[in-house]
Amino acid sequence: MKIIVPVKRVLDYNLKVRVKGDGSGVDLANMKMSMNPFDEIAVEEAVRMKEGGGGHSPGSATEIIAVSIGPDQAQETLRTALAMGADRGILVKAEGEVEPLAVAKLLKAICDAEKPGLVILGKQAIDDDSSQTGQMLAALLDWPQATFASKIALNGAKANVTREVDGGLQTIAVDLPAIVTTDLRLNEPRYASLPNIMKAKKKPIDVKTPADLGVDVSPRLAVVKVADPPKRKGGVKVKTAAELVAGLKAAGVI
Amino acid sequence: MAVLVVAEHDNASVKDATNKVVAAAAAIGGDVDVLVAGSNAGGAAAAAAKIAGVRKVLHADGAPFAAQLAEALEALIVPLMANYDAVLFPASTTGKNAAPRVAAKLDVMQISGVSAIEAPDTFVRPIYAGNAMLTVKSKDAKKVLTVLPTAFKAAADTGSAQVEAVAAPAGPFKSAFVSDEIAALERPELTAAKRVVSGGRALGSSEEFHRVLEPLADKLGAAIGASRAAVDAGYAPNDFQVGQTGKMVAPELYVAIGISGAIQHLAGMKDSKVIVAINKDEEAPIFQIADFGLVGDYRVLVPQLLEELGKAGV
Ligand SMILES: Cc1cc2nc3c(=O)[nH]c(=O)nc-3n(C[C@H](O)[C@H](O)[C@H](O)COP(=O)(O)OP(=O)(O)OC[C@H]3O[C@@H](n4cnc5c(N)ncnc54)[C@H](O)[C@@H]3O)c2cc1C
Ligand SMILES: Nc1ncnc2c1ncn2[C@@H]1O[C@H](COP(=O)(O)O)[C@@H](O)[C@H]1O
Repeated sequence: MKIIVPVKRVLDYNLKVRVKGDGSGVDLANMKMSMNPFDEIAVEEAVRMKEGGGGHSPGSATEIIAVSIGPDQAQETLRTALAMGADRGILVKAEGEVEPLAVAKLLKAICDAEKPGLVILGKQAIDDDSSQTGQMLAALLDWPQATFASKIALNGAKANVTREVDGGLQTIAVDLPAIVTTDLRLNEPRYASLPNIMKAKKKPIDVKTPADLGVDVSPRLAVVKVADPPKRKGGVKVKTAAELVAGLKAAGVI
Repeated sequence: MAVLVVAEHDNASVKDATNKVVAAAAAIGGDVDVLVAGSNAGGAAAAAAKIAGVRKVLHADGAPFAAQLAEALEALIVPLMANYDAVLFPASTTGKNAAPRVAAKLDVMQISGVSAIEAPDTFVRPIYAGNAMLTVKSKDAKKVLTVLPTAFKAAADTGSAQVEAVAAPAGPFKSAFVSDEIAALERPELTAAKRVVSGGRALGSSEEFHRVLEPLADKLGAAIGASRAAVDAGYAPNDFQVGQTGKMVAPELYVAIGISGAIQHLAGMKDSKVIVAINKDEEAPIFQIADFGLVGDYRVLVPQLLEELGKAGV
């Protein structure tokens, strides 16, 4: 079974976010960019399906294709996926924001060509916080979906996926091919070793454009503005629990 | 203009999030209908009919809706959208799961986690873990939104709408329910609670997490939450996680115990009315947003807090 793992290049999660003075967006100039953390989890799961581990028998996956939609530098994100164990990469070159709907259409075109048995995406990109792409791709392909996965058990022509939902956990069975999106507890992604980073440099990356895939990526949403959130004023440090309780009484919350 | 709200419910009744999303729909304007898709969900449909401002309730009943399967919700909602200009889902795991399927089928770019409605086509939403607020104007003919319930004031239960049955799609669907582990709620629901007590990595074990937080939550009538670190370590179940990638809460009182205040955690609770932090590190970032900070060991401070609350008659 072939597996496709879409990986997004995002502002590193450790960095402080700065809104640009002109309200046009967030300042990304000269900032450290990394693979979206949920996508690292997706790559890890695919690699375990190939190598064995995490409850998967070796060879459950035969080939892992990492796909990124973004600028040239998104090749670095693909290299990270290749160093973790993906076999080849596809970069769909696009400047600026590509909205989840357009990303899903590009991924559909790639799935139509590659015919994977499974696509594993992150549940959410930590920059736009949309949590849409996987579900949209599933709808466009008319495939079933299992979002927010904390466990995947491949089972012949189906997969049993345990999902993190508001009330606890839910397990569903999806017919393959299917879409899965990862939640935080699915696995702990590996760090790529130096030899694997070296090996990844030789793995192929195919570069395409949205036009090659016949997809119009023009945005549907116009950005009116990007602003700082309302600032919360820090309060006071109290010395004792008694002082705290008095403060809470005065604030009318107890 | 007509807006469809997809209800969050447990078949017997609707969740408070539904009333809040109805309020968001009212802010868009036009007729507001509520869809209750469930299994033996007559109770929930009747409850939805009581929400003020609702024109009518559409009630679809079928087995696949017991598990709220996304494929079944898509099959139900997409044809209904011939009659609506917008569809609003709560930004719950159910809403987040189903809404993008509907959007993609309608060829609409969804707007996720809406926190304010500026105009029928212009919406505000947090991005980058709430570190920036994005205002967007949608050019799509129809709108598909998920709404942050915490950002809207619940519509009252003073209405009396008609309930209309709609046919449930028959399937078969390519996904099926297998099992679930849904704990019975002994406390208020996290996202709707007026008070929340949350614990972090400092608690160190599941036993300690429960030993420390439960008496305080009981005393305050609070729901219990957790940081990602506490969930990852198995001190608390996944559905306790508050934050950017967990639940958004905005109670009147949020008490963070042994939580450092990473931006991903703050994203889920910084709209609380009053924030209390108990942390032994006076430099912990949580103190930058806490209204009341208590520096010290929770093992000493939480028992003292319980005692003082008792003295104050809480
Ligand atoms: C993709 C991604 C998504 C994430 N999503 C979320 C999310 O949704 N929610 C979330 O919470 N996090 C999230 N995180 C994780 C986040 O970055 C932090 O790692 C996490 O919030 C830290 O949890 P903590 O505060 O409990 O632990 P720590 O940061 O380890 O803090 C523990 C605190 O306890 C204090 N302490 C220790 N002992 C005591 C004591 N005896 N008495 C009092 N205080 C004590 C310490 O001083 C410290 O400040 C996410 C991270 C990533 C990468
Ligand atoms: N530009 C992109 N390139 C590759 N994958 C993406 C891109 N945008 C989104 N994805 C995938 O879709 C997931 C969810 O993203 P989102 O819907 O934006 O929250 C991510 O975790 C990725 O797996």
